[in-house]
Amino acid sequence: MTTLGQPDPATLLDIYERAARIRKNDEAFHSAMQSGKLGIRIYYSPRGQEIIPSAICNLLTDEDYLVTIYRGVHDQIAKGIPLNELWAEYAGRVTGTCKGKGGPMHVTHPETGNMVTTGIVGGSMPIANGLAMASQMDGNDRVTIASFGDGASNIGAFHESLNMASVWKLPVIFVCQNNLIAEHTRYEKGTSVERIADRASAYGMPGIHVNGNDPLEMWKAAKVAIDRARAGEGPTLIEAMTFRFMGHLIGDPDEHWNEGEKEAAMERDPIPALRRYLIDHGHATEGDLQGLEEKLDQEVEDAMAFAAESAKPDILELQKDVFAEEK
Amino acid sequence: MAKKMNFVTAINLAMHDAMEQDENVMLLGEDVADEEGGGVVKVTKGLSTKFGTSRVRSTPIAEEAIMGAAIGASLVGKRPIAEIMLMNFTTVSMDQMVNHAAKLRFMSGGQTNVPITIRTMTGAGGGAGGQHCDMLEAWFAHTAGMKVVVPSTPADAYGLLLSCIQDDDPCLFIENLPTYWTMGEAPERGQAIPLGKANVVKDGSDVTLISYGRTMMEAQAACQQLETEGVSVELVDLRSIVPLDLPTVLESVSKTRRAVIAHEAVTPFGVGAELAAQITEMLFSELQAPVQRVGGSYNAVPYAQALEDAHLPTPDRITDAIKKTLA
Repeated sequence: MTTLGQPDPATLLDIYERAARIRKNDEAFHSAMQSGKLGIRIYYSPRGQEIIPSAICNLLTDEDYLVTIYRGVHDQIAKGIPLNELWAEYAGRVTGTCKGKGGPMHVTHPETGNMVTTGIVGGSMPIANGLAMASQMDGNDRVTIASFGDGASNIGAFHESLNMASVWKLPVIFVCQNNLIAEHTRYEKGTSVERIADRASAYGMPGIHVNGNDPLEMWKAAKVAIDRARAGEGPTLIEAMTFRFMGHLIGDPDEHWNEGEKEAAMERDPIPALRRYLIDHGHATEGDLQGLEEKLDQEVEDAMAFAAESAKPDILELQKDVFAEEK
Repeated sequence: MAKKMNFVTAINLAMHDAMEQDENVMLLGEDVADEEGGGVVKVTKGLSTKFGTSRVRSTPIAEEAIMGAAIGASLVGKRPIAEIMLMNFTTVSMDQMVNHAAKLRFMSGGQTNVPITIRTMTGAGGGAGGQHCDMLEAWFAHTAGMKVVVPSTPADAYGLLLSCIQDDDPCLFIENLPTYWTMGEAPERGQAIPLGKANVVKDGSDVTLISYGRTMMEAQAACQQLETEGVSVELVDLRSIVPLDLPTVLESVSKTRRAVIAHEAVTPFGVGAELAAQITEMLFSELQAPVQRVGGSYNAVPYAQALEDAHLPTPDRITDAIKKTLA
C-alpha cells in the first residue's frame, strides 16, 4: 500500500471516494432538509471536515470501532455505513439503522464498527476506552477511534479518558477535529492552549497536530497512531485542523468569523483540492472521477428512494428496546 | 443452625461465583484490586488475586471514565461490574449512566445493549454528612432503561447481584454501608434471585408496609412493635425498584386495603410517591385510608447525630404512619 509511509495513488483515490461520498450525501441532506422531503428533522453538516475520517478509515476495517458525535455523519459514511439504512434512519423509518429510534445524533451500526454516536459533547471518549479495553483483553488487534471536536477537549471526560487510556495503554486514537469553533464560541475564547495536541503530553501520550484537510498529512498522522495502537504501544491524540463550512445547525448565520476568514477557508475546500491533485499527478482522469461521482449520485438517489419507500415505525416501538424483556 | 453470612462476604462471593462461571465478567473501580486493599471496605478482596488484574482492575479516581469503560466493553461481549465507591459519586458519572448506559439499547433500535452492573454503596447513619450517604435510587428509576436493585439481606444481596451480572441491561445495585457487617442467612451458592419479584416477608391482614434495602430493618422493628399492639402488618420487600413488582404490591394492598411505604431517601418525588400514585390509580375505591409515606426529611443528610437521627425513617415514624392509616 505504501512507500516510506506515503499514501499510494490507490489510497488517495480511496480517500477521495470516501470524501466525495460524504459531500454528495451532505448536499442531499441539506436539500432534503430545506424541502422538507422525507421528514428529516435535524441535521449537523460536517461539510469541510470530510478528509479527516476519509483518511483514517482507509486504514481501518469493519472490525475496528468508531465512537463519534452528533456532527458525525462524515465519520459514519467514511467508516462504511450503508447509505440506505443511514437515510432511512434520518427519515425516521423502520428500516433505519436504529429503526428510526435514534436519529441523526444516535446512528449506530455495529456491522461496520459504528458502535455509538453520542449527542453529548465529550461522551464519545469514555466509551471508546471501553471498546479498546475489550480488544486489549481479548488480545486482538482492533483499534478504536474516538471522534470529537475542539470544544470537547475542555470537558472533564476528555481528561479522564486520556489519562485512563494512557495508564492502561489502550489501543485507542483520540481524534480531535478542530474546526476552530465550539458551537458558537471561537476556539481561543474557550480553550487555554494554542494547540490541543499539546495536551497529550500531560497524559504521557504522543500528540499530533496535523492539517486534517490535507489528505497526505492526515493519512500519515493516522497511520502512525493506528500502527502504534495495533502494536500495543498505546493511545495517541491527533488534533486535525479543519473548518466547519455550514455553521452549527442548518440556518445558522454563523457570524462568528472575522471578515474573509470563512471565505478563505472555503476557498481551500479540501475536496476539489484533492480532486485536482489526483488529476494533476496522473492518478485519475477527469473521466474517471466523473464516473465515480455519477456512481455516488446514484447511491444517494437510491438511498433516498429506499428511505422514502420505507414504512414509519409502529407506535408499539415505544415499548420495545427499553429493556431486554419487552413490556 | 443455618449458616450465617454478612453482606460484605455475600457480595464478594456473588462476584467471585459470577467471574468463575463466565470469563466475560470483569470488575473495575477505585481500589478494587488487592494491591490497593481489595476495596475500601474489602468487598472485592481476593478477586484480583484469583482472577488477575486485567479482569479485576483498580482505576484512577475518574467515575466518568470508569463508567464509559464499562459501557464500551459491554457493547462487545464483556459483562463489567463497575464499582462506584459511593452513591454520591454517581453524580460524576451521570452522563455515562443516564445518557448512554440506560439509552443505548433504545437509541440503537436494539442493535446494542449494555450488560453492566453498577455496584455502589451508601446509606446514612454514620455521620458522613451531605455528600457520602445519599439514597438516589429515584433518579435512576426515573431513567427508562436502567434497572435498580436494593437488597435487604445478605442472601438477597448474593442472589440479586448474580441476576444483575447475568442481566442484559444496565443494573444499578445499591449496597448499604452501615449494615455491611450485619449477619443474615447465608445464600445458596449459584442461586440467582430474579429481578422484579418482591418478597412478602411477613403475611398480615390490617395494612401493607412496603419497603426495601436498609429500611427493611426499621420496617421489621415497626412490625414487631405493632404486633404486640395487635396490628397485623403485611411486609413487602420490593428487592428491585425497576423492574417493579406491582402485581405483588397491589395484591397485598387489595387484601389489607391500607398501604404505607418506607424508605431512607427523602420523601418528596421519591419511590414512595410513585408507589402511592400507582396504588391510588389502581385501588382507589378499595382503599380505607390515604397511602402514607415515610422517608428522609427534605434536606441534605446532616452531620450532627441528633439531626441525622431526626432525618431518617425510624421504627417509630413507620409505626405512626401505619397507625394513621388505621385511625
